[in-house]
Amino acid sequence: MPTTSTPEPAPGNAVRTPPFAITLAMGSSLENKTGAWRVERPVYRDFLPPCNDACPAGENVQKWLYDAEDGSYERAWRTIMRDNPLPAVMGRVCYHPCQTACNRGQVDEAVGINAVERFLGDEALRQGWVPDPCAPDTGKHVLVIGAGPAGLSAAYQLRRRGHAVTIRDAAPKAGGMMRYGIPAYRLPRDVLDAEIARIEAMGVRFVLDSKVDRIAPDLDSGEFDAVFLAIGAQVGRRAYIPAGDTARILDAVTMLKDVEDGHQADGSAADDQLMLGRRVVVYGGGNTAVDAARTAKRLGAEEAIIVYRRTRERMPAHDSEVVEALEEGIQMRWLSTVQHADAGNLRIEKMELDETGFPQPTGQFEDLEADSLVLALGQESDLSLVDGVEGLTIEDGVVQVDEQFMTGHPGLFAGGDMVPSQRTVTVGIGHGKQAARTIDAYLRGEVYQHPERHRLADIGAINSWYYSDAPQQVRERLEGARRSQTFDEVVQGLDADDALFEARRCMSCGNCFECDNCFGVCPDNAVIKLEPGKRYAFNYDYCKGCGICVEECPCGAIEMVPEMS
Amino acid sequence: MTKTSSTSTTTPPPVANGRVRFYQVGSFAVGNRLLPEVHSIQSSRERHNALTSGHRACQGCGEALGARYVLDAAQSAAEDAGERVVTVNATGCLEVFSSPYPESAWRLPWLHSLFGNAPAVATGVAAGLKAKGRDDIRVVAQGGDGGTVDIGFGCLSGMFERGDDVLYVCYDNEAYMNTGVQRSGATPPAARTATTQAVGDSPGNVFGQGKDVPRIAMAHEIPYVATATVADLHDLERKVTYAMSLHGPRYIHVFVPCPLGWGSQSSHTVRIARLAVESGLFPVFEAEYGEVTGASPIRRQVPVEDYLVLQRRYAHLFRPTRDEETIGRIQAIADRNIRRYGLVGRPDAPPVLNDAATGAASTLGARADLNNAPKED
Repeated sequence: MPTTSTPEPAPGNAVRTPPFAITLAMGSSLENKTGAWRVERPVYRDFLPPCNDACPAGENVQKWLYDAEDGSYERAWRTIMRDNPLPAVMGRVCYHPCQTACNRGQVDEAVGINAVERFLGDEALRQGWVPDPCAPDTGKHVLVIGAGPAGLSAAYQLRRRGHAVTIRDAAPKAGGMMRYGIPAYRLPRDVLDAEIARIEAMGVRFVLDSKVDRIAPDLDSGEFDAVFLAIGAQVGRRAYIPAGDTARILDAVTMLKDVEDGHQADGSAADDQLMLGRRVVVYGGGNTAVDAARTAKRLGAEEAIIVYRRTRERMPAHDSEVVEALEEGIQMRWLSTVQHADAGNLRIEKMELDETGFPQPTGQFEDLEADSLVLALGQESDLSLVDGVEGLTIEDGVVQVDEQFMTGHPGLFAGGDMVPSQRTVTVGIGHGKQAARTIDAYLRGEVYQHPERHRLADIGAINSWYYSDAPQQVRERLEGARRSQTFDEVVQGLDADDALFEARRCMSCGNCFECDNCFGVCPDNAVIKLEPGKRYAFNYDYCKGCGICVEECPCGAIEMVPEMS
Repeated sequence: MTKTSSTSTTTPPPVANGRVRFYQVGSFAVGNRLLPEVHSIQSSRERHNALTSGHRACQGCGEALGARYVLDAAQSAAEDAGERVVTVNATGCLEVFSSPYPESAWRLPWLHSLFGNAPAVATGVAAGLKAKGRDDIRVVAQGGDGGTVDIGFGCLSGMFERGDDVLYVCYDNEAYMNTGVQRSGATPPAARTATTQAVGDSPGNVFGQGKDVPRIAMAHEIPYVATATVADLHDLERKVTYAMSLHGPRYIHVFVPCPLGWGSQSSHTVRIARLAVESGLFPVFEAEYGEVTGASPIRRQVPVEDYLVLQRRYAHLFRPTRDEETIGRIQAIADRNIRRYGLVGRPDAPPVLNDAATGAASTLGARADLNNAPKED
């Protein structure tokens, strides 16, 4: 502060006469650097939103919801496409762990992230948006085996990085389990086809109907600089069930595949080749069991019954699928196992759970009329193609890989259902992306380093007061009675208004969205508002460290740190 | 200028086709990147910063915050009308921390005289400007609750009664903070101050004393009376802007938590103001010519305890033993405010409320019936 008693000349040459009784030059409070009072300083941070944290595909969910909020759908779609080449598929089949993790779920209801993703994916197909151009060719060539989610994802990511990619798949069409395991009422084939075609248009070479029986020759040929295996798990696990000669028993994977093949043959829903009968029993409790039962109903079975040896709470199938199945009239027999199968009849044993939740037989039996029995007891990978590959290890029926997704054989990578993992489409997409990053580094003679993860954005840092109350938008569904007759898509998308509404429910956990609140509530005007998109800075000359900005930041993107003495 | 509606005291979220459209931020944040039309004056890079940095208010000062909001809004409103603003300031924290000789944090013409005569000085300024034919300069007077509710009260009443063209803003931090936290006529019951110590049979400030100046101002039937807090900036700015569009005596009573005097964390200033509103202890309403024309509904009602526990001036209500009776009496004050201004329930339907004193449900309209309002404790 000025201590001189000499009045300073005012600008413009005029000498300012001090007012009466004023002996010191007039000064502004700006000369007080009140920031010296501070013992803690606020700092802007980016935290990891729980949705991003939970996404197996590693999508930057918070970012693309932010993009979508002002109607910039294409930008939002491009943000998704950095991590996931199949948003329209994902918006239908993903079990959205992001929504389970969503902080908004603790305020009212989780943001309908999956519904918005589907809207963006569909919008891209409608508008014909094409992916960003690929990097210049690197001269490297990668072979991807398996055109399922993991293989497609890896191929897409490698192609983006400028590598030549060839995908081989045993099936006549690409898509893997998305096509041959997920029924059309959950994933319409035109959507799947369109998203795969987009990858093909980027220059990925597809070689279909071309089963790889042994990988060793390809590894040795020198034609490929790296190989990514993603053959999935397509062999239905068998259980020994004593059966009479005429009992009709088939496995769910084969059944769903046959339905898909039948679709291709005549385009109709009902497949005459698949004789399931009037009453179909599905044995198992996973998503595939539910898919099989719902498909059986659509194929004309009057009754479809799921027999599962534990209870609904312990069923691995996703709850939304179970609910939809029940709505369609699928029956459930909990705590039951199939003991013996004869033509037209099954012998069922009742089970009870022990303290550990493991089902134990009770010795009580009953008969259940059934024309056919579909086994949905899990899937296994047919790993005969890696026989004799040096260094590669197989444990528990899956190929072991390191954190770089590389097998014990240099240059041979693997991902998706054939490595230890949760077996979902989204996990496959994530494996493909991560493997592509490490393969890319491998091709450049480097080792991929994971960037450090930000700290998780906790609900405790969110000031939910600032967000309007807003219910989650409901996705329409076909009525249970109507949909069980057709393979039409059950869950409908959101319209543009609802999708926008849903995107705007996002609280942007831990990431500044430029609401101006810190700028407004600082009692010392110590927040500097930068250009749009550049957020804010603190003027530490005047920040007294009161912490109001931290407390009142809606999304918890500011934290206090102690001043260094 | 549009007439204020009965539900607009809290800026409602914009609605289209009967549905709320904007969520990323509700209307409670200062700005909203998705909705330019509800951006507050404070969210603008071009705001005046009438009270600029380097002032010597305590960390987290609610009054500094409130004063900048008010004067920035007043200046913006005046500018839009081709006018300018001069402000007259009573003695108090606001005057002391902003203008230690020879520095000033004020970036507009600012005048200080004495503790008790700000309304009279403002009257004189307005009269002088009128005599000089200057109708392009508006007068805003401001002071704390001590200088307004107690010491300057006669001047204030006179200003109202004469119909002087002054907007008077009282920053209510519920005691004489500048001189060491002494009780004022705005200090709430049971609050500990330097002169109402937490000792004796009924510690803290006594029940049944003090003044509700917004309602006294309404009794003068002046053009405009409003209450507001630093927790709802849109509301405060809207009220100042509206008040600037009117002439004659206008009074805005702004609730400004004082971390030092209330013994609260400096980071809790806005939160405490919000809880005062959400508990019903500080009713946010506006009135024209003596009639209530709007009240901010409580969004999520909280018990008064949520508000009290954050402040050491109420610590004796919880330690060493919980004083149920006193907390209950404070809750009854909040409940009476809720009834009086219709703060809970849909704005278009009379709220059904639980009367804490009798346990009986009562239904009262949104319009307060001032003659039949329950008496103060």
